[in-house]
Amino acid sequence: MTDELHLRFPLTDLDALRELRAGQKLRIDGHIIGIRDATQIRMFDGGQKPEMDLRGAALIHTAPNVRKLADGRYEKVCIGTTTSARMNRFTHGLLDDYGVRAIIGKGGLLPESLPVLAQFGGVYLAVTGGAAALETTQIEEIEQVEWEDLMPECLWKFRVKNFGPLIVAMDTHGRSLYEEVKAAAGAKLEELVQRL
Amino acid sequence: MPADPVYAVVEEAAKQSYIRALKLLPPDLKEALARARASETSSTGIEVLDIMLQNIGVAEGEQNLVCQDTGTVVFWLEVGEDWPFSVGRVAAAVKMGTERATLEHPLRPNAVHPVTRKNTMTNTGRHLPVLHFDFVPGDGLKLMCLPKGSGSENMSFLKMFIPADGIKAVKRFVLECIVDAGPKPCPPTLVGVGLGGTADLCAALAKRALLRPIGSHNDDPVIAALEDELFAAANELGIGPMGLGGHNTALGVHIEHAHTHITQNPVAVNLQCWAARRASALITPAGDVTYGF
Repeated sequence: MTDELHLRFPLTDLDALRELRAGQKLRIDGHIIGIRDATQIRMFDGGQKPEMDLRGAALIHTAPNVRKLADGRYEKVCIGTTTSARMNRFTHGLLDDYGVRAIIGKGGLLPESLPVLAQFGGVYLAVTGGAAALETTQIEEIEQVEWEDLMPECLWKFRVKNFGPLIVAMDTHGRSLYEEVKAAAGAKLEELVQRL
Repeated sequence: MPADPVYAVVEEAAKQSYIRALKLLPPDLKEALARARASETSSTGIEVLDIMLQNIGVAEGEQNLVCQDTGTVVFWLEVGEDWPFSVGRVAAAVKMGTERATLEHPLRPNAVHPVTRKNTMTNTGRHLPVLHFDFVPGDGLKLMCLPKGSGSENMSFLKMFIPADGIKAVKRFVLECIVDAGPKPCPPTLVGVGLGGTADLCAALAKRALLRPIGSHNDDPVIAALEDELFAAANELGIGPMGLGGHNTALGVHIEHAHTHITQNPVAVNLQCWAARRASALITPAGDVTYGF
């Protein structure tokens, strides 16, 4: 993986990801924000606004294993990534209302998110699902936790180093690697059932 | 061994089985992933499989969980027909072992009420852990723990076919499920298939199929041939590791079957992610425990 880019989050230039192309590999330094189903249901269906600043952020779909320390902070145990498609309907609000620019997850957002990514300059970054032990070594510290009552589906601020490799799976130019694979698989299925 | 200490042994064995399943992947699975790596044709697929294999090494080296999803806890219990103790108290001990693993490790709590979404924080609750019982010859007790991640469990399917649909409809359905699931269950998956029985039995058989070592076959040659045919077909779909394209969409297709009604032919598909976790503990009436997969 010699052609990896390195990006630092949060972004200062909200249009910085428009040059990325589906298939590119990259790693992240800086901060990423953990978010999950219940967190976004509270934000968008419950209308509550978190204190954490999400402008220019890279979000990661996760609910971590953690250990609570005596001083109230949280120590990482095992942190990995969940299936993104469940949280697809929040994409527009995250990018428009909150200024989020990258969503890290597994399995992709649905194709209707492609125009939203194009409009706001956002990308979807694929991580290898289930590879949480490795991912955990790239997370240096849990710096902040908001909405602890939603445990483990709180809003988590992670400091990361060399986080990846990540693959640009959905870009701002209307490409989704998942849709391309799915279309080819659907065609192959029809061919296979003829001879089974 | 007097009765009470045996239940403490069962509780500890349940706790250890749950944690072991999350940390140590079975050798047959590691071999299947290595075979997938060797046969993969997509460069992205190769990189993804390399990360999966690297992750298994990190988990073993750091004694950490392979995947963050500590799952919905399922236990399959093989109870010896001559097991001399209470099966009801075994069930209670397994539940307590699950709770202790969650609180003492600690493990991420996943069990919530279906309406209020309130988390029990213990990975146990009403009807959880899921317990299945088989009765087998002998006087031992075998706990088989299957922590099932939600990414793959959400990719579960049931279809009540009728005789006129024929076996072709069954084959098509299994492949359609794999395509519909696409990247979501973390392929390459182990495809658990239940065939026959009633709707509830069929779904349970699909889950039971995931406890078999990868590469094993159903003991009925007709069903075993169907396993091979569907496995080969699944790996022609091109979904590939993590659904990003490639040869390896499945690590295996396991079918468990039951006789069914003259009017019906139920099929259930329960997909299991590449980190197909399972662990076992064999307990003797003397209280000796042997851990395995």
